[in-house]
Amino acid sequence: MTTASASAGAVVERSGTATAYPRYLAGKLGGAAVSLFAVLVTSFFLFRIIPGDPVKAMTQGVPTSAEQLATLRRQFGLDLPLWQQFTDYCAKALTGDLGMSYQFRAPVGELVAQKLPATLLLTGVAVVIYSALGLWLGTRSAWRHGGLGDRLNTGIALTLWSVPSFWLGLLLIIVFSVGIGPVPGMFPTGGMESGDETGLAYVIDVAHHMVLPVLTLVAVGYAQTLLVMRASLLDEMGGDYLTTARAKGLRDDLVRRRHAVPNALLPTITMIFINLGHVAAGSILVETVFSWPGLGGLFYQALSVPDLPLVQGLFVVFAGAMILMNLLADLLYPLLDPRVGR
Amino acid sequence: MNLLDIRNLSVTYGTDTAAVRGVDLTVEAGRKLGIAGESGCGKSTLALALLRLLPASARLSGQILLDGEDVLTMKWGRLRAVRWAGASIVFQGAMHSLNAVHRIGDQIAEPLLVHRQATPPAARRRVGELLEHVGLPTARADAYPHELSGGQRQRVMIAMALACDPRLIVADEPTTALDVMIQAQILRLIEQLVSEQNIALVMISHDLAVLADTCDRLAVMYAGRIVEEGPARAVYDAAQHPYGRALSAAFPRIGDPASRRAPRGLPGDPPDPAALPSGCTFHPRCPVALEVCASEDPPLAEAAPGHRSACVLTTGSRP
Repeated sequence: MTTASASAGAVVERSGTATAYPRYLAGKLGGAAVSLFAVLVTSFFLFRIIPGDPVKAMTQGVPTSAEQLATLRRQFGLDLPLWQQFTDYCAKALTGDLGMSYQFRAPVGELVAQKLPATLLLTGVAVVIYSALGLWLGTRSAWRHGGLGDRLNTGIALTLWSVPSFWLGLLLIIVFSVGIGPVPGMFPTGGMESGDETGLAYVIDVAHHMVLPVLTLVAVGYAQTLLVMRASLLDEMGGDYLTTARAKGLRDDLVRRRHAVPNALLPTITMIFINLGHVAAGSILVETVFSWPGLGGLFYQALSVPDLPLVQGLFVVFAGAMILMNLLADLLYPLLDPRVGR
Repeated sequence: MNLLDIRNLSVTYGTDTAAVRGVDLTVEAGRKLGIAGESGCGKSTLALALLRLLPASARLSGQILLDGEDVLTMKWGRLRAVRWAGASIVFQGAMHSLNAVHRIGDQIAEPLLVHRQATPPAARRRVGELLEHVGLPTARADAYPHELSGGQRQRVMIAMALACDPRLIVADEPTTALDVMIQAQILRLIEQLVSEQNIALVMISHDLAVLADTCDRLAVMYAGRIVEEGPARAVYDAAQHPYGRALSAAFPRIGDPASRRAPRGLPGDPPDPAALPSGCTFHPRCPVALEVCASEDPPLAEAAPGHRSACVLTTGSRP
C-alpha cells in the first residue's frame, strides 16, 4: 500500500522535473531579453540628458559655419525628431550595428572589438584568481571561526578592501617598477606589451605586464568573496545534516568539503558571476594607472566629448555582459542545488 | 555484559550550566530503552554525547561503555570507526538532518563507503535492499530529500541508520514532526527492524505513551537527571516519582474517556540548567513536595522490584 502510493508519487515527480527545467530556462531567457531591451531604452535616453551639443564638441577649436554644423547634424541623423532617432537606433542595434563614433569616425562595434580582448584578459584573470582565493580563505576562516587564523585572514582582507585601487597601483609601480632601495624595478610601469616580441616570448611579455595590475585588482577584490563565503558557510555550520555527517564517522575535512561547502556555495557563486559581469567594463582606475589599452579608457574618452553613439554602445556592451553572466548563473543554480528550478 | 553502560555521565556547558548530571543507564543487547522528559531536560544532549557529537564547548565526565569500550576516552580514529558502524542515530526532523544537495541513495551509501564495508557497486545494491526494508521503492535512491514527504524522509533516516549493521540505534524524537498515522507507521517500522536484526534501541521522546508502547524499559529525565527508571508498563501505568506521574497524566489514554477530556498538565516551566533549584530540582513544581525537598536531593533507589525512583516519598524515608 505504502509502496504503491510512493512509487506513484515517484512517477508524477519525475515527469514534473522533466517539464520544469525547460520552463525555468524559458523564464530566465525571457527575463534576460526584457532586461536587454530596457538597457537599450535607458542607454538611449540617459545619455541625451548629458548637457553639451555633440556637433559643437566635434568641431571645437575649428571655425565652423552654421551650414557646416547643419550638414554634420544631418550626417549623424541628429536633425531628426527624437522618437525617429530612437526607432532607427533600436532597429540598427537589433542587427548588431551600434552606430558610428563621432570622434573616431569609426563604427562603435569595431572600436569595442579592438579594445575588448585586453580588458577581458586583465579583469578576467584577476576575477578568476580573487574568486578562487576568496573561496579558499573564506572556507578556512569560517571552519575555524573566531580563531587567530580567522581574525588575521578577515583583518588583512578588510584592510586591503578599504585601500583605493589607484593608490595601491601607484604604490606597486613605485616599489616594483621604479624600484626602491634594495628592490630593483622588475616590472614594466604600464601598457600591455613591449611591442617587438612574437610567439612564446610575446605571451611571457604580456604576462609580465599583467603582474602588477592583476595583483592590484586581486588585493582589492578578494575580500568580498571571502566575506560572503565565510558568512554563508557560518550559516550552514549549525546545520543538523552536518551532525549527521559527523555521526556517520566522516573525517572533519570530508564533512566540510562534501557536506558544508556545497550547501554554502550558492550566494558566493551569485557574487562571482556578478563580478564576471563586471569583467567587460574592466576597471577604469586600474586601467588608467597602468595605461592598459582596454575598454575602461575608451569609455572615459567617449564620456568627455560626449560621443553619444560610443557611450551608448559601451553601455549596452557592459550591461549585456552583466545580463549574460546573470543568465549563466541562473542556468548553473539547478546543477548546484536541486531545490532551485523545480 | 551490557551493550551500553553509561556510568555517572555529566555534561557541562560553560562554567556551571549542567545539561546532564550523573546519569547511570544500561541497555542489554537487543533490548529497547526509552528516555522521556520535557524539552530542555537534557535527553538530546545525552543522545549526542553517546557518540561524542556535542560541540567542543561541552565538557563530559563519567564513562560511556559501548561493548565495554569507553567512548569518552577513545582516540579520534577509533571513535570515527565506532560512529555509525557500532552505534547509529536516527535524528529528529529528517528535513534538516539530510543534506539537501545530495541524492538520498548517495547519503545512505556514504557510511558504507566511509567504513569500507562495501565497494561502490555493492553499496548501491545494499541501498536498494535498505530502501525496500523501510518500504520505499528502490528507484527513490535517485531522489533528493525535498522530493520526499516527511514520513519518507524519516524512512530514509532509518535505512541510513541500518546501513552498517550497528548493534545499537539511538532514535532521537524520530516521530516528532510527523502526523499521527505516519508516526504509528514509523514506530512499527523501527520496532520491527530492531527486533528482526536484534539491534538494541535507545529511543528518546517527550511522549511517554509512545515510549511505553515501543520499549522494554523506560527512564524519566528531569533537569539532567534520571528521576525514575523501570519496566516500561510499570513506569507508564504506576509511576512512582511525582514527575513521572505528571508526565504520564499529560497524555490522554486510549480507551479512557475521562483522561481524554481532562488531560492534566504540569504548571510551571522546567528549570534553567544554569540556575537549578536547591534540593530536589523538581520541588518548586511538585504537587506533593515536603519541606525537606528544598534541601535534600534523594538518589535513585528501588521503590518497587526493578523499579527505581528518586523521591523522598518513595525511598522509605517517608515521615
